[in-house]
Amino acid sequence: MVGKELTLCAAAEGLRQKAFSSVELTQSVLDAIRERDGALNAYLSVDETGALQQAAAADAARAAGCDGDLLGIPLALKDAINVAGQPCSCASKMLVDMIAPYDATVSARLREAGAVFAGRTNMDEFAMGASTEGSAFKITRNPHDHARVSGGSSGGSAAAVAGGMAIAALGTDTGGSIRQPAAFCGCVGLKPSYGRVSRYGIAACASSMDQAGPMTRTVEDAALLLQVLAGVDPHDGTTLDAPVPDYRAALRGGVAGMRIGLPREYDTDDTDPEVTACVRRTVDACAVAGAEIVELSLPHTKYAVAAYTILAAAEASANLARFDGVRYGRRAAKPESVFDLYAQSRAEGFGPEVKRRIILGTYVLGSGRYDVYYGRAQRVRTLIRRDFDEAFKRCDVLFTPVVPTVAYKIGKACDDPLKMYQSEMFTVPASLAGICGLSMPCGRTASGLPVGLQILGPALGECAVLRAGQAVEEEVGA
Amino acid sequence: MTPYLVTIGLETHVQLKTATKMFCGCSLTFGEEPNTTVCPVCMGYPGALPVLNREAVRLTVISGLMLGCEISRHSIFDRKNYFYPDMSKDYQITQNTYPLCLGGGVTIETPEGPKRIRIHHIHMEEDAAKINHYARFSGVDFNRCGTPLIEIVSEPDLASPDEAMAYLHALKQILVYAGVSDCNLEEGNMRSDVNISVRPAGQEQLGTKVEIKNMNTFKGIHAALEYEIARQLAVVRGGGMLVQETRRWDPELGETQSMRSKENALDYRYFPEPDLVPVELSEAQIESWRTQLPEAPAVRRTRMMAEYGIPEYDAGVLADVKENADFFEAAARACKPGLGKTVSNWFMTEVMRLLSESGMGVDVCALTPAALAELVTLVDEGVINGPTAKELLPEVFAKGGSPRTIVDERGLAQVSDVAVLEAFIAQVFAENVKTVADFHAGKKAAAGFLVGQVMKLSKGKADPKQVGRLVAERLAEGQ
Repeated sequence: MVGKELTLCAAAEGLRQKAFSSVELTQSVLDAIRERDGALNAYLSVDETGALQQAAAADAARAAGCDGDLLGIPLALKDAINVAGQPCSCASKMLVDMIAPYDATVSARLREAGAVFAGRTNMDEFAMGASTEGSAFKITRNPHDHARVSGGSSGGSAAAVAGGMAIAALGTDTGGSIRQPAAFCGCVGLKPSYGRVSRYGIAACASSMDQAGPMTRTVEDAALLLQVLAGVDPHDGTTLDAPVPDYRAALRGGVAGMRIGLPREYDTDDTDPEVTACVRRTVDACAVAGAEIVELSLPHTKYAVAAYTILAAAEASANLARFDGVRYGRRAAKPESVFDLYAQSRAEGFGPEVKRRIILGTYVLGSGRYDVYYGRAQRVRTLIRRDFDEAFKRCDVLFTPVVPTVAYKIGKACDDPLKMYQSEMFTVPASLAGICGLSMPCGRTASGLPVGLQILGPALGECAVLRAGQAVEEEVGA
Repeated sequence: MTPYLVTIGLETHVQLKTATKMFCGCSLTFGEEPNTTVCPVCMGYPGALPVLNREAVRLTVISGLMLGCEISRHSIFDRKNYFYPDMSKDYQITQNTYPLCLGGGVTIETPEGPKRIRIHHIHMEEDAAKINHYARFSGVDFNRCGTPLIEIVSEPDLASPDEAMAYLHALKQILVYAGVSDCNLEEGNMRSDVNISVRPAGQEQLGTKVEIKNMNTFKGIHAALEYEIARQLAVVRGGGMLVQETRRWDPELGETQSMRSKENALDYRYFPEPDLVPVELSEAQIESWRTQLPEAPAVRRTRMMAEYGIPEYDAGVLADVKENADFFEAAARACKPGLGKTVSNWFMTEVMRLLSESGMGVDVCALTPAALAELVTLVDEGVINGPTAKELLPEVFAKGGSPRTIVDERGLAQVSDVAVLEAFIAQVFAENVKTVADFHAGKKAAAGFLVGQVMKLSKGKADPKQVGRLVAERLAEGQ
């Protein structure tokens, strides 16, 4: 019935016009999940009963005169985001039976807006990974080619949206975990500026870079969802107390007169030529539409992956210490001592990539090593932030590829973590700098795989990024 | 034997008197059922984030200002990583590199005179949970987890266990005065770790440092220090070498035991806490807090001696507890000038006796400073006599009320009318002819007995001074 391919805006309009009810809309999404997810593995759990109850409540609220863009809209949430009473496993054996005891701030805001929580999407365990092959439970497949990865770590959310099993979804991004799967699956993903969206209630990966954000079918949908998510939160002291602009209003304006920066460090020989071609075609179309193209340099880009790897691992090693088997989560059956309880529970509960990062993070923070690794990585981070500060004096937004490649075959990257880390070279600099970034489709390869364009803007520059994205979507017709 | 010098430094953890925990909204109450004042934040649930309690920052700054510290305009929190069931996140949020307060010190009294004990710094940190051990398992109570603490780190300026005690008492008094902490030792509000070393007199370099943990009382600290000094001296005098280590005080056995040596020291892998933004304080903010500072106890002692004409001993006792000093000053100010010493006498004997008998603090008993002032004034004016006032005080202490009203209502005013007193005296002399004769025979003590009989006859209301004078006169007449 009511389009599994509906955009969020169209669904909101349909509900408003009473073309369908929230129960009907939600049911159609649940049907699509039943029909398609056996092949794609986007969801870890689906709460059909709860979702239909929430939908009925939304219909009743609408009948009583309530309105709102998200009222009655079913959404998919990445399994790292707490929704009270629902599972929240972070795709880890460590939390296999965990039921969230409270709402994350983003969940509470969506709940307040009347959204329906349809299901929990797959991810790389604790958001560590870039393919969703790191899930302890299943591998999410790319809707465009089931033999390929969906990307990660928010691969489940990307595949659900791109695969017609969710109208919109929430992902989280630490080093590219929204942007890269959006690019691989051909949907829109927005990593907000650090501090724009509350992290409260989202299982932490690397606290100084984690951000939740929308994964949608259109740029306008992303704007609409961000509108509800953004804003200062008393439960998260790192949120920014800056006014939340009208993001949908900011979509208007087009690229004419915008200054689009092209950082030369993002044009590498290792990049798939088809990816380069798609991005270049988009840039050319923007130039034709009246944008000013500015070539510039972000000189410290080459150190970003190393700095990111150290900082993310250091923070993660501390963030994941709490999974010790004492209060919740996996607990070893027969420990001989309290330290044995830790060792066994963690050995059993964590997968290889999580263990790798904990060991790496523990190592770099060790006595006598802190300054060489963590200290130096922080200094690199400062330099990268300055690079962007300089760049945004000369341009409004930066256009780059999201990933050097298109979605690769399942199993291809598993055994080479360094190569996987390196594949995040275009996304991690923005994470280190805390700036915002939009990932959106900008064409396809000859074999039909989506290619992603990354539009980076300064901290709190979501309006510029969304405006450019909207223009690319409309005028350029990517 | 070579004389040895002892060097002691203290790391004192003090619980701040906030309504809620350091990083969440859970209330801070002592003695609740285990794991009832907890939430996702202090239980370390996935996704929970700390939010800094601003009142804890204010109280830390107040502590720093009271102790003469420099207040950092910019300070940050760090994560101290270690695995133990008492720490829900398996890291403690503390301040490692940029603490909130730097420097400062406390002056203590020693037999050689006043001595300044310098403070290295004061930092903020969260308390751990409490572990209870049972026969076959242990339980963790997270009620205490996340309680705001300050750690006051002294310089190694203390030279004996007695100095350490004097330092802790001075610290406690200042912090209680400032309203920063209750410093209630039974509830674990104030706990110290000590660092101690010995070295031969004349040697510049400090000896090998040993840290001792697990002392819950001041007495325990004193005992642990005495034990440890004796142990270290025995080692070095016996030609042995001390090892840098952490030892644990066992109060049952009365000895320290090795926990871990320097080689096995924990690597806490400190790094800046990314969940909390730095604490930035403006000069104006710090100055506004400075104006809220209470008078320090030592300053108050000196001022009260001058203002009320009370001796140093009285001023010291009164200033020891802020509420007592507040009460005394209010009462003394309500009396006419010159009665300060009288008020002090009443407070330090009668009132303090009633306080200790009832176990109440002066701030919760029914006696008000105005009522005590009234009582003292009634005696001073000769309206009632001392014994009557002493009888009246416990009643006012327990039930409240105005002493002057009670005196009026019950007709307790003392009899000083000479005619009435003469009649009493006449009767007593008539009934005690033998005693009068004894007096005239040289037994001067008999006069006292006669005065007592007159008082008794007046049911205690006679003005004892007047009676004494009149009895003396009559006895003199009879000679």
